[in-house]
This record gives sequence, C-alpha cells and structure tokens, in this order.
Amino acid sequence: MSQIFAYIDHHGGQAADSALELLTAAKKIDSSAQVTAVVCGSGSELDQVCTQMAKHYAQVWKVDKADLSYPNAELLRGYLANVLPAEGILLAAHGTLSMDLLPGLSVKLDSAYVADVVDFEGLEGSTLKTIRQEFGGQAHAHVHCDVGQGAVITVRPGVFPPDESASASGEVVDKSAEAGEVQAKRKYLEVVAAEMGDVDITKEDILVSIGRGIGDEENIDEAKELAEVMGGVVSCSRPVVDAKWMEKSRQVGTSGQTVKPKVYLAMGISGSFQHMGGVKGNPFIVAVNNNPKAPIFQVADVGVVADMLEFMPELKEKVEELK
Amino acid sequence: MNILVCVKRVPDTAENEIEINSAGNDIERDDLVYSVNEWDNYAVEEAIQLRDKLGGSVTVATVGDEDSEEVLRREMAMGADNGILLTDDAFNGSDGKGIARILKGLVAKENFDLILTGAQADEGSAQVGGMLAAMLDYPYASLVNAIEVIDDSKLKVGREIEGGNQEMNEIELPCVLSIQTGINEPRYVGIRGIRKVASVEIPEYSASDLGLSEGDVGESAAKVKRVDYFVSEMGEGAEILEGDTEEVAAKLAEMLKAKGGIK
Repeated sequence: MSQIFAYIDHHGGQAADSALELLTAAKKIDSSAQVTAVVCGSGSELDQVCTQMAKHYAQVWKVDKADLSYPNAELLRGYLANVLPAEGILLAAHGTLSMDLLPGLSVKLDSAYVADVVDFEGLEGSTLKTIRQEFGGQAHAHVHCDVGQGAVITVRPGVFPPDESASASGEVVDKSAEAGEVQAKRKYLEVVAAEMGDVDITKEDILVSIGRGIGDEENIDEAKELAEVMGGVVSCSRPVVDAKWMEKSRQVGTSGQTVKPKVYLAMGISGSFQHMGGVKGNPFIVAVNNNPKAPIFQVADVGVVADMLEFMPELKEKVEELK
Repeated sequence: MNILVCVKRVPDTAENEIEINSAGNDIERDDLVYSVNEWDNYAVEEAIQLRDKLGGSVTVATVGDEDSEEVLRREMAMGADNGILLTDDAFNGSDGKGIARILKGLVAKENFDLILTGAQADEGSAQVGGMLAAMLDYPYASLVNAIEVIDDSKLKVGREIEGGNQEMNEIELPCVLSIQTGINEPRYVGIRGIRKVASVEIPEYSASDLGLSEGDVGESAAKVKRVDYFVSEMGEGAEILEGDTEEVAAKLAEMLKAKGGIK
C-alpha cells in the first residue's frame, strides 16, 4: 500500500478546483492507497480549507505558519521537506506554484520527479507508469518512474475528474511544530493585478482568436474585420502578446484571461493545454491550422486544415453572404 | 555580473509536424527542423541586457552532442561572450535530475552570480532550473517576466502567475531564475552574426571534467525514463471539413450561424 499525499493549493479560504482531482489521481495510482491532504497556510483561512478537505480526505495534515499567509515557494519547500516522509508520493496540480516549489522539493527529498502527467497506467512493483505529452502536445509519451525512494508528481489540471463523494470524515493533524523553522532568500512583496484593456473578452459570446499563425502584426486587421462581421471580438494566444502585437488583456489561457464564449474560432493556434485551460463553458470550438497534428484538433468540434491567412478572407466573405 | 544561461536544442514545434516513427518508439527525426528552445532565447536576451547595463559576462551552456554546438553559436551571435558544450556518452538517458547535476558540475567549476534557464523546453517539465537551484542551495524563482537590479546582492523579480497577474519578489544573489517568454524582445540574429562566431572555439567538458561519476548521470542514474512515444486517441477529435477553400468556408459559415457564431 502506497502512502500518497496531495498538496492542496488554495486562495482566500477556498481549495483550488484541482484539490479533488488529486484524490481521483491518487486512486488511479493505487486504489488501496491511503491519501493524505497536505494544506499549508496561516490562520482562519487555512482552517477553513482543512475542514473542507477533511470531508474528502481520510487525513489532513495542516502546516500553520504566519509567514505562509502568501505561498512563498522558497519557504514552503523547507517546511514540506521537514514534514513529508521521503518515501511517499506527493501529488500536486501542475501550475505556477508547483513549478516554483516542486522540482527543488524533489531534490530535497531525494525522490523522483515527473511533471504534468495526463494519465496513470498503474503501479508495478516500484515502477509507476505515467503518460505525458511533449512537443507542445503534439506527441504522447509513456514515462516510467521509479517511486521506490519516493516521488513528487504533478498532474495536469482538468484531466482527472474531481472525486466529490465527500465520504471521508477525516481528521486534521497539526504538523506545524514538525515543520520547524525555515529561512528564505526570497521575499514575497506583492501581487500586481493584470491590467484591464479596452475590451473585456471574458464577456464576449463570439471570439475570433489568433495565434502564431497570424505571422505578422499587419494581418491582425483582417482578423478584426472577420470578428466584426461575425459580431465578436479578437482574442489571442500567448505568442501574439509576446510579440507585443496585442495587449495582454486579449490573451486567452491560464496565464491570461478565462473566457466563456458560445463560439470560439481558433486560428493559427496550436492549442497547448495552457491556452485551452482558459477556454471554459463548453463552447463550439472551430480550429483553423495548417498543421494537421496540432493538438487543437483533438479538442475542437470542427477543424479546417488550412493556412489561416488564406482562409480568413474567404470565411469573411461567406459570413457576409449569410448575414 | 557573470551570468550563465542554460539552453537546449529542440525540434521547432512551430515549424514541424511531429510524427511517430514506424517502429513506434520515437518521433520521426529525419526531417525535423531544430532550433534553440524558444524560452531560452528570452533568457539569453535578458542576460545580454543585464551585462550591457552592469558589465560582466554571459556564458551559454548546453548538454548535448556536437549538433548542439549550433545553438551555442546562435546565442553567441546574439551577444553571449562564451559558449560551453557539456558532452559525454555517459550523459545519454539522463533525467531532469541528471541534467541538473551536470549543470551543477559546471557551476562548481566557474563563478556565476546569476543563472538563467528557459521556463520550460520541449518536454514541458519546467524542472531543471528548480532542481539546479536546490542542489546549489541557491534561491529560485520560476516564470520570471521582469528583472530589476536592486544592488550587488539582490534583484527584484516579477513572476507570471495565473490570470495574467504578476507576483513580485526580492531575491538574493546568487540565484537561479527560469525565464518566461515575453519578458523582452529577443534580438534578430543575421547570417553575418553567425559567421562572425563560426570559428570561435567552444570548450567541451566531459563527465570527468565536471567531477561526475556513473551513479550521478545517464540512464543508470535516471529514476524517470521515457519508454516510447505514441499516438493518443485522446478526445474524439474534430470533424475535419474537406473540400476547396471556398466550399469549406461556406460550410463553416453555415455551422457558425447555426451555433450562434454570427450576430
């Protein structure tokens, strides 16, 4: 029987959506595993999350530290290394906190590290069989991990269904004393909120979203014209913002805006999980991409394999005819 | 400030259709276009800008075979002062920790105030920078999208977190930072720039040069192993519209209208 821990990310007294996905992931590794939620933070918000988690996890480990009112990864890593047994398996959601915290924690615990797992194919002896994606989602890989000396594993948010059975009446164990004292050479200062732009893409029903395939800044006008005849607005993926061709507020994705349109027309967008993580509400997704292997075609309802620059004017004409 | 930037040669996913080979155990590599990992370009640009402001040097290093020399030269053409190739058959099959140990060996030999990596590379693990920092006992910040020098001993760095928000931190030097795309605009490298560095000697360090033994690196030390690549049946997949451009556009316009995509 494996000892599996789930690191619970939380904000404002609420556990992240991934909290119950980790329970499903743990059971997929080993259905007989004893799964312990690990919740770090401070004060009443922390207690709130621990109480929530005790409904789902048989055991909840609480680490209450005044300096964890914001999750500074450099402090968290030290506390977790003091608390977690080296031979256990720690699960967490793949995200901006885990990327900061966990590769280093796997070094401190001297355990294996596998990031962004999309599925588990079981545990054989000490070999955990996992599935990952590489090359921006264009290829899948079987990756085997020796968990004999423990492992730190992150799973992709949204791929394991949340276990909402709430059948546990778990106990909360206070591990704060064991976590000891930790010094960090990095000090958290503040979070600067994203600037709002001229258009709020989160409120639009129709989004014409453009990616790397737009090729050049001057082609954006054509996308705007198409969006206009459709009655929507233009949003974009990360490379368009990196090139400074559109404002950050137009970017769809986990590091940008979360949108809930009715129709999402993705053109020249490969469809990385970071991008698709920002598309919610089950819209009708159309993908136009010249690479038939682009992962966007796996999640789209309808696909067109074409160069978006050639296809856009044609589509605009046909839409105008239908209006 | 002496800065090390760790870079990697990767298949360019923006330029390639990645296919599985006929044996089904690897991607088809014959016609692949390789380039420097996109994130690494931003890291090198950031390092060059810091050096130009503060003095010092920029060293680019990579773990790989002779083919990886081209990415070092490319980054030197951008303006990096030195390139170092970390190469040894014993490195083959290293997992993330193995790569971090190789880089740690380099850091132990030379003197760096700041170490930069790209936030992630072709495998999408975003792991080597954080591992290297932990092995060196240096502070670490990932997904960095802004760097401001406070003084000789510390930096102010912004991290890109969820929702487009930015987490500001003060971090002590020496430290390791993983750099997010968009932090700057990497300069263009022309053929002339590449030619200028074409004959610069690039030192090579082997496992023994770096004080590494078999138990540290390579396949035997790896706890994480990729067994093969495969084609996934994930998701139902899109209905692909067939026909000439005009037909497809007409079909799609009808569908969009039916789904409320035309107002």
